[in-house]
Amino acid sequence: MNLYERPVLFAIASVVVISVGTLVTTFIPLFMPSTQPVSRYIKPYTAIELEGRDIYIREGCNNCHTQTVRPLRTEVARYGEYSKPEEFAYDRPFLWGSRRTGPDLARVGGKYPDAWHYRHTVDPQGMFAKSNMPAYRWLAEKKLSTDYTAKKVAVLGYGYGPEEVARQIDAFRLQVADPNFPAANQRALVTPGPVRGEITELDTLVAYLQKLGRDVKELEKRSLERK
Amino acid sequence: MKDDSHGASIARRFAFSAVFWLIVGLIVGLWLAAEMFHPALNLTPWLAFGRLRVVHTNGLIFGFTLAGVFACSYYILEKLTRTPLAFPRLAKAHLYLFNAAIVLAALSLFAGLNTSKEYSELEWPLDIGVVVLWVMFAANVFGTLIRRREKQMYVSLWFLIATVVTVAAVYILNNLEVPVNLFKSYSIYAGVNDANVQWWFGHNAVASVFTFPILAMFYYFLPKSTGLSIYSHRLSIIAFWSLVFGYLWTGAHHLMLTPVPEWIQTVALAFSLFLIAPSWASVINGYYTMNGNWEQMRTNYLAKFFLLGITFYGLQTLQGPTQALRTLTSFFHYTEWVVGHVHMGTMGWVTMIVSASLYYIVTKTSGREIYSVRLANVHFWLILVGQLLFTVTLWIGGIMQGAMLKATNPDGSLAYSFLDVVAAFYPFWMIRFAGGVLYFAGIVVFAYNLVKTAAPRPMAASRNPLFRKGGIG
Ligand code: HEC
Ligand code: HEM
Ligand code: HEM
Repeated sequence: MNLYERPVLFAIASVVVISVGTLVTTFIPLFMPSTQPVSRYIKPYTAIELEGRDIYIREGCNNCHTQTVRPLRTEVARYGEYSKPEEFAYDRPFLWGSRRTGPDLARVGGKYPDAWHYRHTVDPQGMFAKSNMPAYRWLAEKKLSTDYTAKKVAVLGYGYGPEEVARQIDAFRLQVADPNFPAANQRALVTPGPVRGEITELDTLVAYLQKLGRDVKELEKRSLERK
Repeated sequence: MKDDSHGASIARRFAFSAVFWLIVGLIVGLWLAAEMFHPALNLTPWLAFGRLRVVHTNGLIFGFTLAGVFACSYYILEKLTRTPLAFPRLAKAHLYLFNAAIVLAALSLFAGLNTSKEYSELEWPLDIGVVVLWVMFAANVFGTLIRRREKQMYVSLWFLIATVVTVAAVYILNNLEVPVNLFKSYSIYAGVNDANVQWWFGHNAVASVFTFPILAMFYYFLPKSTGLSIYSHRLSIIAFWSLVFGYLWTGAHHLMLTPVPEWIQTVALAFSLFLIAPSWASVINGYYTMNGNWEQMRTNYLAKFFLLGITFYGLQTLQGPTQALRTLTSFFHYTEWVVGHVHMGTMGWVTMIVSASLYYIVTKTSGREIYSVRLANVHFWLILVGQLLFTVTLWIGGIMQGAMLKATNPDGSLAYSFLDVVAAFYPFWMIRFAGGVLYFAGIVVFAYNLVKTAAPRPMAASRNPLFRKGGIG
């Protein structure tokens, strides 16, 4: 029996040959809890942060920014504590990226006040002349669509229902539209009048950026206390 | 004589689709390259870098390379089986639906509908379309193979079968997602697992689009256009099975030093080094085929494309494995060095082999000599010099970037801010753009030459001796 004279058998042989590496390196790890451990300090995204994350995906920020800090001395000095697998338990899809045209963002949450992001995202060159990040003006001009927010949370199984989603959205709208919102001045500068009383896409993106790496700081604090 | 078989006419039309998508993808690539040093070009949401990059990669991987692969596959299939295509009407439907799908894919990516997973960004309805198209292709491949008149399957057909099988497996498994609505879905895998599955896919997309079918072309069109036979059949058997076996283990070399379990990274590194052997088996097979006939580099316009192409493949498969080494990945990962690696593969290896194969197909199927050998030579030199300027610039720049990011002061603090590194890169981005323009000019010459070859032309022109030189062996 000659394999090179039998196309179907040849295809079956190819499937077997490609399956070995696939099983060992990708399939089996899917069923090993140690591949993607969970920690109670790492919380799922709120409805608002999730919408911000979807804006991040839509705009392809991951084509310039990574979200994993490697355990290297200079990298930890530049970005902060290196990334742990626990941090990504709720990330569907993952957003580690493969190119750093811009800096890593895994630890950007809390690094700057909200006002900084309102200014930077809309006009990076206004802040740093040599930055080549696109100016995302349109994000501040667009009201967020919340039609599918509850459905998204349900699909991802984040453990809270549609009422909670609605509550979070209302609370967030009141927060950003409030004249006492800490970033109110900067927000008003970039947000056109008609949408100022609404949640804009930029509002949710900022909320998402501020979440990045924050829970893990809690995790690290706890593990230090225990030592 | 004009070749009127169904396979030939479908092949010719896929060849022109490939050239069309190549030009579109490159215009997008040039715009993208210019945005790097002139960010004001991010004029509208759909022109913003994050969206445009995805249009560039998908347009060139799926629009250009896959169309080229389909063209060559339909052609090779009929020739090597000495049998007409099993389902010619299906092949024609494949041609139209493929082009329609690429249009929809480009529009949806411009609109920001993407899953974020590299080279698998299309949203779920288009994923289903891709799978349907693949089944249509596979039906013809296996249908024709089963009815074939030639008993032995030549090595190009093995690589074709491996392509059909591998693309199907990796594409489907990486795109398992739960829809929210028609335009949005979430991956079924979370975090580390999603990353691991994605790069298992990512690396094998490189294997099954930029390697297996391009090797199939190489093994068929090099002997055909030089009149020589492949040096060693046994070497191609060893090369084939070990390459197809080894590739699937290496995905995690894209994830070195990330939270992916360390043993997976180590296995990926080991197999990356292993891959040098089967990759170079093909390089050696190609070089030895030319033994004693190297003067064809000068006398046969197609030979240079194949030999430079396989040379870049050889360099690529040495550079790739070294990039996986932990010390080097810690330095080069995430830098422009890797973009240099990518483009030596795509602008060197893939483009060289695909262009020569398309010249061969279009001349043979239209029954004419090439319109101009001189233009084909201009095309060759422009894409060669353009590619080298592009990639060498990014390697030098990548070393600078890696070094600046790692530099520390005597007290251990960082020597450069991230912005210092960005600012230092502007000259490199500009030279890369210039390299891209040269390469693009070469491709425009290619397209012109191919169109002129296929178009009917007055007798006088084909009697001109200039157009007769360098016929195919
Ligand atoms: C063309 C590549 C590019 C794209 C696309 C891009 N950025 Fe940037 N980003 C940069 C560069 C370069 C910097 C560093 C200079 C600066 O701060 O502007 C940066 C800086 C940042 C910073 C500050 C990080 C720090 O630690 O100082 C944030 C936050 C950020 N980007 C968010 C985003 C978001 C959100 C998106 C998508 C909407 C995005 N970026 C898209 C290139 C990019
Ligand atoms: C033995 C063969 C090869 C090996 C072991 C290899 C290895 C690698 C490694 C380790 C990376 C990741 C670099 C990093 O991000 O730090 C990479 C990236 C890449 N390689 Fe190769 N390579 C090989 C051949 C090829 C070939 C022939 C091509 C054809 C074009 C190619 C195209 C790419 C692409 C497109 C990427 C970028 C992926 C991304 O980050 O988006 N490689 N390769
Ligand atoms: C005129 C020629 C070209 C130009 C100017 C160009 C430009 C670019 C630019 C600017 C990027 C983004 C790099 C970054 O993020 O730092 C890129 C990425 C990429 N290009 Fe091209 N490109 C060209 C030709 C090609 C061709 C012919 C192909 C494929 C057949 C290709 C495939 C890719 C791929 C796969 C990537 C992603 C690399 C990665 O993820 O690391 N390009 N290109």
